[in-house]
Amino acid sequence: MSAVGESVQIGSLPLSQQGPAPTRVVAGFGFWLFLLSDIILFAALFATYAVLSDASAGGPIGTELFDKRHVFLETLCLLASSVTCGFGNLAVLRTDKRAMYRWMLATFVLGAIFLAMEASEFADMVSAGAGPSRSAFLSAFFALVGTHGLHVSLGLAWLLIMLLQVATLGFAPMVARRFFCFGLFWHALDIVWIGVFTIVYLGAH
Amino acid sequence: MESQSQSPAQGHEPGVDPGGSHNARSYIVGLAFALILTGASFWAASTSFVYAPAVPVLLGVLAIAQMGIHVAFFLHISSAPDQANNFLALIFGIFVTCLVVFGSMAIMANLNHAMVSMDQLMQMQR
Repeated sequence: MSAVGESVQIGSLPLSQQGPAPTRVVAGFGFWLFLLSDIILFAALFATYAVLSDASAGGPIGTELFDKRHVFLETLCLLASSVTCGFGNLAVLRTDKRAMYRWMLATFVLGAIFLAMEASEFADMVSAGAGPSRSAFLSAFFALVGTHGLHVSLGLAWLLIMLLQVATLGFAPMVARRFFCFGLFWHALDIVWIGVFTIVYLGAH
Repeated sequence: MESQSQSPAQGHEPGVDPGGSHNARSYIVGLAFALILTGASFWAASTSFVYAPAVPVLLGVLAIAQMGIHVAFFLHISSAPDQANNFLALIFGIFVTCLVVFGSMAIMANLNHAMVSMDQLMQMQR
């Protein structure tokens, strides 16, 4: 990846003479800043949920609504998809198309299973009269978990576009960079999910 | 072609560690740790083995540990000198997150405390 001789030479130059960082570094850092701002958006939703989690207005409460086994399976899907995404990105670095398609399709399928499980949970809750309009607690629940689900759906759409770009453009530096940012996005969503299952599902009382 | 060279002063992107932690092994190790911590979280939430009032604290510790594992083994962010930019941004993100979450909770708890309860309000109107 990095030309060893060149990097040694650049490293020995004074800071003021090194020139701008390569695009990959700048793009990665910029996307990392975006992810942190996205996590702050989730922080606001978590704060809302923490404040409203007891305001069930006589309606159903968390322990009556949530199925821990269901959530455990969702968690495993998302964790597994995070790892397959990592392997997919390693395949991108090796410019190994077959391995990339295999791992990224696995990522897509696992993410889609997660979304389907979440959608069925939401549908069950709404049909049981526990929709977002029932109580402040449920509004906060659907806002927080729904926003995470929306991010996962956007991630899946992004992944499809990346697969099309690899099919048409191959592993151009631009494509590899975007794939790399997608990986960061996907891992960050998994980190947010840790907060969701701990605070919302396991912390229900 | 763009230069792919890395140097400490320029930093490098999150997710790739030229030191070599960005390989299949880091994902396997991360997965193992994450599975153990996830399992422990679900176990702690459904067992009566742990003293009940301590369960939320235990869940919090397990969640923070797992987030750390994900950051280190999946995102490959570390406090290495060539990652100063990424790491400082992460610290700032954690700072703002804590401010938003715990600040909101403290303010709302205070307001709740200062609010006249519905029963008292009914009696005053009588």
